[in-house]
Amino acid sequence: MMLIDPHAHMISRTTDDYEAMAAAGVVALIEPAFWLGQPRTFVGTYVDYLSTIVGWERFRAGQFGIRHYCTVGLNSKEANNEELAEGVMEWLPRFALKEGVVAIGEIGYDEQTALEDKYFRLQLTLAKDLGLPVMVHTPHRDKKQGTSRSMDVCEEMGLDPSMVIIDHNNEETVGEVLQRGYWAGFSIYPSTKMGNARMVELLKQYGGERIIVDSACDWGISDCLGVAKTAQLALQSGVPEAVVRAVCYGNALAAYGQSGQMKESDWLSPPAIDQRTLYEGNSILRGGREPVIEEPGTQRRKGLTIE
Amino acid sequence: MTSPKDLLQKWIGDRAGTERPWLEEQLATLAVPGAPERDLHLFLGFAPRRLGKADLALGPEDLADADAAHPAWQPGDWSVDGAARVLGLLTYNGERRFAETFKDLRRTADAAEMIALYRGLPLYPEPESLHFEVGEGLRSNLKPVFEAIAHNNPYPRDHFDEHRWNHMILKALFIGAALGPITGLQERTNPELARILVQYARERWAAGRPVMEELWPLVSPFAETPEIRAQLDRARAEGRVIEEFVS
Repeated sequence: MMLIDPHAHMISRTTDDYEAMAAAGVVALIEPAFWLGQPRTFVGTYVDYLSTIVGWERFRAGQFGIRHYCTVGLNSKEANNEELAEGVMEWLPRFALKEGVVAIGEIGYDEQTALEDKYFRLQLTLAKDLGLPVMVHTPHRDKKQGTSRSMDVCEEMGLDPSMVIIDHNNEETVGEVLQRGYWAGFSIYPSTKMGNARMVELLKQYGGERIIVDSACDWGISDCLGVAKTAQLALQSGVPEAVVRAVCYGNALAAYGQSGQMKESDWLSPPAIDQRTLYEGNSILRGGREPVIEEPGTQRRKGLTIE
Repeated sequence: MTSPKDLLQKWIGDRAGTERPWLEEQLATLAVPGAPERDLHLFLGFAPRRLGKADLALGPEDLADADAAHPAWQPGDWSVDGAARVLGLLTYNGERRFAETFKDLRRTADAAEMIALYRGLPLYPEPESLHFEVGEGLRSNLKPVFEAIAHNNPYPRDHFDEHRWNHMILKALFIGAALGPITGLQERTNPELARILVQYARERWAAGRPVMEELWPLVSPFAETPEIRAQLDRARAEGRVIEEFVS
């Protein structure tokens, strides 16, 4: 089964992870702009980070036969540094039109401060003006209210819920998110936000409509195979294949495809120019190593373990 | 004679289909003296969205026109959006110097933009002013960006000093970029490059790895200089087969 991981901070991950994801069936992923763990204190470092996710990281993924897309935005934590935030906001419109940018995100609330609110609203306006979807990061703390408030503000700013993905949901938040017409993202985190088994129970309860599974793998303890493992466990648990395909592939494509920057043909029949330059299909190159070429479509599904 | 800019405009216009009016309007906007840089950013962003990413697919006559418009300009593997981006840059008539605008674009470029920006090098004004920017591209870890400068591009032949030229050749070997498509490969070889390449071959042999045969034609003009001759004799004594020198 082809999979999409619509939330993966690959800038923090190794080539082993890329290999494992490709082997597990991941054909495309989305790298949301976020906080690096260490706060940025210069606008320039933020600009270079955005350049990295539209440039180098996209190329790196392509070497493993994975199509890389990204979202650009000012995250909620760093929105609290007003000087930095003002500078980043000046650069954002330029990055929003780069190739493979599928949304403004991840944006939203962390501590739900006034500055977070200000820059969340400004970025919602930018997304609306550019016709781009939005990826909303819901807060870790005071999550339920923060999630409701995020949707209230989206509606106040005139966004159509079908253009907004509310991410990092759990059992407590999903009902309202779906009821209000938004896409509901679930980040599969070992032991914290949402586990594979809990996710499968949710799929049994809610079905597959507008639900999106992602790994949110980053620099912390996280699993880049979150989507693949959830798909496998769901199938083993009797969730219909069409539902699994929707939540682990189709819905992400439909939601972020609204940007016009992400199409199934990108990985099924890439343009010749990309094949010559930016997308190596199944060959894996490293200085001094001979390329490893696999038959197209070969997916090594063996060796997946479910925690 | 037709200028490179006119050729690009014709080629892209012919392939723009229903987007042709958009293209013409954009180019007219960019050509206004003192046009805001935002117009250029938007054009560069919209080029692939509006015009697509198909190959430019030029015919033999087009390529002959290209060569006549600028010596050794070879847009044979350019794409429509990449060519449009170069055209936009050539058309843009902003207030800052070209090199400053270019630097700003390069800093925030996505991978495909970076390739297009560097493929256009031979066509830009004040080519010497782009020295630093070209260096950044050569240092890139994105192989296609390096190749956008090194392959089918007369800029290195025409503007690189010997040091930069030699290191471009060496890096090409290092990252597995072919030497064949480098414009001026044979005419710009030099004794220092020959020395570097023989040394490189020795390192490859020591590591038990094959030596790319395509480096030997760059060494052979200097095979009789004492230092290189000594190295080659030593290699032969060690039983290394160097095809180029088998008589």
